[in-house]
Amino acid sequence: MNPYLAGIGLGLVLLASFVLVGRGLGATGAFNSVIAWVVGGIAPEHARSNEFIAGYLGDGGASPLKSWLLFEVVGLFAGAMFSGLLAGRAKVMTEKGPRVSVRTRLAMAFAGGVLMAFGAALARGCTSGQALTGGALLNLGSWAFMITVFAGAYAMAYFVRWQWR
Amino acid sequence: MAMTAPFFKYGMFGDEASLVLAFLIGIGFGFFLERAGFGSARKLVSQFYLNDLAVFKVMFTAIVTAMLGVTYLGWIGWLDLSLVYLVPTYLLPQVVGGLLLGAGFVVGGYCPGTSVAATATGRVDGLVYVLGIFAGMFAFAELYPFLKGFYLSGSGEALTIPGTFGLPYGLVVFAVVLMAVGGFYGAGLLEKKFAAAGE
Repeated sequence: MNPYLAGIGLGLVLLASFVLVGRGLGATGAFNSVIAWVVGGIAPEHARSNEFIAGYLGDGGASPLKSWLLFEVVGLFAGAMFSGLLAGRAKVMTEKGPRVSVRTRLAMAFAGGVLMAFGAALARGCTSGQALTGGALLNLGSWAFMITVFAGAYAMAYFVRWQWR
Repeated sequence: MAMTAPFFKYGMFGDEASLVLAFLIGIGFGFFLERAGFGSARKLVSQFYLNDLAVFKVMFTAIVTAMLGVTYLGWIGWLDLSLVYLVPTYLLPQVVGGLLLGAGFVVGGYCPGTSVAATATGRVDGLVYVLGIFAGMFAFAELYPFLKGFYLSGSGEALTIPGTFGLPYGLVVFAVVLMAVGGFYGAGLLEKKFAAAGE
């Protein structure tokens, strides 16, 4: 799809979220809710004593899985799958450049996820919750975040070129 | 016109219905991410090698669309912007977080939302990336007692650009639109220049 058309579609979904629910899109919070659910299930004492996890446990009345962002991310999964199947783009494969083995690429994907998690935790959101949502609301921290995301990625791009080219 | 939105904040439906809406909104979100080609790590990281700037184009078109929408609906008095949730500002951790996240983006090939879209369309690296996020987030939570001081450095108020710099809201909106249009033009030029280098 033309990127500007896809952007308008994405923008209208974001606008609908603002108007209907009074909040924007997100992704990171859904991961935190799942972690709170798992840790809370295995070691409830430990989960409650950890402030970061406890923040996602709520008051203990409802399951941490009853989270707005988690429902939204489950929808994201379904919507992406629907679009991918419709376009014939859904297939089991590993995205990588020609000069890297699948094993190395997967190790890099894992490492990137770990880095991303620390970044998103410190920033209180990721490309969806901060850049997209906060960007549209002219949130100061979101704009500072967005600029540094591009800076960090461009600074790092040269060093991992072998993975993609 | 009387304020009526955000509907949820005005009590037009309850928590359960908001979760159903979350799922439906998510479907739209995932659909357009995948349509934009963002289920593919190679497409996403092309942004950082300058031969395909779709990430910039999609992101800024979406930001401008939603920004103009909330601004307009606020002006006609239909949407109460003060009831739309703003993430509180902790400038220093957000800047450091941005750098880490940017690095993680080009190392791993995705961001959290797009890694879910990639997993949904069968990308094994997307799934491994999701596992990496879980591992990293769990590690962050376990290290939180040591990181808390830095995590909470900053004002913690929900600051906006117009509010912080004392600028009229409409002027900042206009400036963002101009910047985006300039950026789209520049992106086109860069793509032409780097198209050959990308192959």
